[in-house]
Amino acid sequence: MRLPPGVTSADFSKAIKEFEAVIGKEWVFTSDEDVDLYRDSYSPLWHEEDEPIPSAAVAPDGIEQIQAILKIANAYKIPLWTISTGRNLGYGGSAPLLGGSVVLDLKRMNRVLEVNDKNHYALVEPGVSYFDLYRYIHERGLKVWLDPPDPGWGSPVGNCLERGGGYTPMRDHYDAVCGMEVVLANGEVVRTGMGALPGSKTWQQYKYGFGPYVTGMFSQSNFGIVTKMGIWLMPEPEAYLSGTVTVSKHDDLFPLVEIFANLVNSGTLQATTLLTSPLWFSPPNEELDALRYSGSVPGLEDYARRKNIPYWSVPLPFYGPAKVIAAQWEYAKEKFSSIPGVKFEDGPSYRFPLSADQLAKMTDTVPFGIPSLQIFSIMGPHGQGHLGFSPIIPMTGEAVLESQKVFTQVYRDLGSPGGSATTFPIFSFFARAFVNIYLFPIEHDVEKNRKTREIYRRLIKESAARGWGEYRTHTTFMGDISDTYSFNNHALRHFHETIKDAVDPNGILSPGKCGIWPKRMRKATA
Amino acid sequence: MRHLAKAHEKGDGMKNATVGLLAALSLMLASTAFAAPDQEQIERGHKVYDKWCFPCHGTGVGKPGTDSLVARGQKPAVLEERTDLTVPAIKTFVRHGVLFMPMFRKTEVSDADLDAIAAYLTRNNKP
Repeated sequence: MRLPPGVTSADFSKAIKEFEAVIGKEWVFTSDEDVDLYRDSYSPLWHEEDEPIPSAAVAPDGIEQIQAILKIANAYKIPLWTISTGRNLGYGGSAPLLGGSVVLDLKRMNRVLEVNDKNHYALVEPGVSYFDLYRYIHERGLKVWLDPPDPGWGSPVGNCLERGGGYTPMRDHYDAVCGMEVVLANGEVVRTGMGALPGSKTWQQYKYGFGPYVTGMFSQSNFGIVTKMGIWLMPEPEAYLSGTVTVSKHDDLFPLVEIFANLVNSGTLQATTLLTSPLWFSPPNEELDALRYSGSVPGLEDYARRKNIPYWSVPLPFYGPAKVIAAQWEYAKEKFSSIPGVKFEDGPSYRFPLSADQLAKMTDTVPFGIPSLQIFSIMGPHGQGHLGFSPIIPMTGEAVLESQKVFTQVYRDLGSPGGSATTFPIFSFFARAFVNIYLFPIEHDVEKNRKTREIYRRLIKESAARGWGEYRTHTTFMGDISDTYSFNNHALRHFHETIKDAVDPNGILSPGKCGIWPKRMRKATA
Repeated sequence: MRHLAKAHEKGDGMKNATVGLLAALSLMLASTAFAAPDQEQIERGHKVYDKWCFPCHGTGVGKPGTDSLVARGQKPAVLEERTDLTVPAIKTFVRHGVLFMPMFRKTEVSDADLDAIAAYLTRNNKP
């Protein structure tokens, strides 16, 4: 039997029996065969001694069962790693950060409690997936959109807590959170925002309630177990249109991004897009490969001119009333027209709801509020897993170029081939800053994964040295990234630890999550 | 399954564990006796399949599981159209995963659900 760290075999056996008594034997998993299902299929530590494999899993259904589990875990000091749907692949999946933890699997708590298409919000439990919520809305013909992340089997609760991103104007998922119900480590149930007011009529309509705003404390943290969450939805838009802006010179990137940032931060552009260089995505050939490797700007500009390929490109998606978004696209074109030689191309446009025929032809439905698993084709038909490196960089042309240069150099220093010109795709999941997302392939190959971890850790350090930090990461690197948020001798971490010790004195909730360790485990991990 | 093993031989980077899994599944294909599932079980399996499997293995565009099987020469690539899948092979894939398909926990697909999926996907097998 695998054991949680510091827990005796006798105590663990007693705890398991007590878990079984409160939630039923069927929902306490202890055999290797069952517990192995909680391993991270995309673990960069797969088959290595350090791979964090849980000791057991418990799957309660309801707050009372969670409270009973907490009482047992507190008594025996058993670490519980909470998951909602456990489909956070690329970030740890259903596996804990600390090997031997008991996974608290909330998948059975899968009720959509309310969807309101007049005030546009939902109230859901953690085991609800984006597919579940979409089905609920679609079956009832409600005129609201959710904003799914790339994989649709994840949980709105989990993804919002991890501060994930989507593609529509509701793309900043944590920003859409409005009110939570949280079970604290001592079993006390707290409702945040307006939910603290008994009989509140606006728990999902106004975020802040009265007094300190604590809802955010439960995101990317281990301070409590979120059992209900309010999420704002988007009224079904009337229409969508997109257009692409392209420029021909390397230095056109500077005004391109400056105008782009103005349009985003003024609310003209509200949805996610991807800034790329078509030179990077053009079919490879010997000349272009050599130019990309050298990073020669005159050479790449000359190649682009001869082949009639733009140097930079950014598609602009618009959602809303047809007349309004047509005007927004016209306004954007007017602003970008200050760049000599800029070109515009009209893209697809739709009226909603989409017809069955339109849907059948769509490879990727996610930008239209319809969950999908299409993203899993990203590593190719023979791919195994992936791992994302995702620093936040300033929304400036200078930062884009510098980040490409720095990250490419890390690759080359460590013996991997690297390119230039947006090898690392630049996404605009959030206003005012870009997210630079690079996916590493993960295989069940110890040596390749070791190399990936080495590159990943160098990227973290090089980013931090330039003032760029990651917005989210795989459990394997949570400590590394937490280390970089070190202003004033790690004052923020000390504050997190102070809260942790106060609200979870036995240190049972998700130890190590985002670099936050309970007092009793700190020395071992310092 | 034969085609999965073939894909590996071409050098797609998979390691011993995957080879072992695929070899075991090939044996299951060859040796498992056929037993006709009942209609109720097949209908339940269809529902569970639609919820858990179709988004990746269904028909149409944007289905990475189907696309992967196409790329690896599996015919038909849509699992619902197959007549050579076996119950043990289906269960092994769901509980162990393969390539980018992860394993599924029992809180997602229960043993009873998995029996039903297997009944659905083997409904057209010849005795």
